[in-house]
Amino acid sequence: MRRFALIAVPYLWLLALFLVPFVIVLKISLSDSALAIPPYLPTLDLKAGWSGITEFFSQLDFENFVWLTEDDLYWKAYLSSLKIALVSTVLTLAVGFPIAYGMARAPQHWRATLLLLVILPFWTSFLIRVYSWMGILSQEGYLNQFLMGIGLINEPLIILNTNVAVYIGIVYTYLPFMILPIYSALEKLDESLLEAAEDLGCSRMSAFWLVTVPLSKQGIIAGSFLVFIPTLGEFVIPSLLGGSKTLMIGKILWEEFFSNRDWPVASAVAVILLLILVIPIILFQRNEQKQREAEG
Amino acid sequence: MRRFSWFNATSLTLGFAFLYLPMVILVIYSFNKSKLVTVWAGFSTKWYGELLNNDAFLDAAWVTIKVAVLSSTFATVLGTMAALVLIRSGRFFGRTLFSGMIYAPLVMPEVITGLSLLLLFIGIGLDRGVITIVLAHTTFAMCYVSVVVSSRLVSFDQSLEEAALDLGCSPFQAFRLVTLPIIAPAVISGWLLAFTLSLDDLVIASFTAGPSATTLPMKIWSSVRLGVSPEINALSTLMIGIVAIGVISASLISKRSAIQQQRDERAAERSDD
Repeated sequence: MRRFALIAVPYLWLLALFLVPFVIVLKISLSDSALAIPPYLPTLDLKAGWSGITEFFSQLDFENFVWLTEDDLYWKAYLSSLKIALVSTVLTLAVGFPIAYGMARAPQHWRATLLLLVILPFWTSFLIRVYSWMGILSQEGYLNQFLMGIGLINEPLIILNTNVAVYIGIVYTYLPFMILPIYSALEKLDESLLEAAEDLGCSRMSAFWLVTVPLSKQGIIAGSFLVFIPTLGEFVIPSLLGGSKTLMIGKILWEEFFSNRDWPVASAVAVILLLILVIPIILFQRNEQKQREAEG
Repeated sequence: MRRFSWFNATSLTLGFAFLYLPMVILVIYSFNKSKLVTVWAGFSTKWYGELLNNDAFLDAAWVTIKVAVLSSTFATVLGTMAALVLIRSGRFFGRTLFSGMIYAPLVMPEVITGLSLLLLFIGIGLDRGVITIVLAHTTFAMCYVSVVVSSRLVSFDQSLEEAALDLGCSPFQAFRLVTLPIIAPAVISGWLLAFTLSLDDLVIASFTAGPSATTLPMKIWSSVRLGVSPEINALSTLMIGIVAIGVISASLISKRSAIQQQRDERAAERSDD
């Protein structure tokens, strides 16, 4: 009985507030938009009994999904989200790896402090971290003031409200997610392997590529997914730092819902976003599984 | 031991400068006298004064704290239960679904979580406000809590609890007197994580809040959409300060207790000899 209650309480909670809402999204994505409250049709009429239920199902269709393929705004938004997520994952890796490498090489007594310094931004507000770049990147912002002050440029650079600003924002906010798994892989690396490689005639550079990188592969993969997956549905960064030309699917969904009030289309956008996310999520899980097995 | 090279030192310096410079600039310019945010016009704390007189911000802050305390507490209870189920309960009907529902919200885009919960609340006719935000935050935060707590439960030696049962404890007593003190650090960090997630959340709160409740991130959002503002700089500085003090003191406390534990263990080993 007690065991039953222990299982039932969190189970029912998640069923009611995670699974059921998702089924509702699925259902509304198959409904039609309407000028009503709620703004979609059909609504399930249970009082009509069985005929009400069959009537309800017969009115569901894939019209919204067809609409998504016809209007090229959505295609472009999905593709551009994928591109932005991919490019920023590579950039974050390029910035994060040297930092993780430096941390793993740092003297033992520094490491706890360095680790704390990487985690600290994670606890501060995401919104504020994104916002802090608005003052830096704007036309009369600190970066342009600095560059013009030292005479490197004469005209202010236009960075804010472009995709460049979005990339900077993503790299900045997701950097800890990249650094931490790579650091934990590099920290476990047995240094005698590198010495052995060098004794056997490897240069330092080739020892790095042949030993260090393959042995930290799992950390690199984990970090990349931890950046790629949330970036794909990102809303705050493209809205604050991006411009009107920055197409990202999280932003489209938000606008479809709040500005156009087209709930069925917003739901269809959400369903497709989830379908796209399933692949990287499964790959990520598999990588984690492998790592756990390797550690025994 | 390999040398800590110039390359390593440079990448660490540049890396941490990148991580911290934007926030340092934000803090410095929050003391700027000028209304024009990017032009320095002398030191002043007037924006902090304006912030404290701004009722809209204070109300939003109050709502945010209420939501965060309630949702992180519920999330800790539910998340700890879920962790116990995942690690201890063995097989039961629908176990795969259960663990799927624990892990899925961790990778679910916030816009989808927000949208789906809003559609649920409208579907069942629940008035939107503080309650709906608390329900939404509890749901996604409990998954984080259960991940944190179950990583601690995995390494927990279950024979300790069995010993307590053999010695006449009821299962609940055994949990309260043996298991809970051992997993307490994980439960506390789960609570802190849930609390921060709730404080930080903009997207899910915007979907589920409705017109009657506004949280601090929503308030910040509507004002930063119009551009950089000195009041928001002041508010950000306060929030960064609170978090920095909290995290640093928490890490000092845990460091001290780790040292204490090492000492205790060494003392115990000596007395064994």
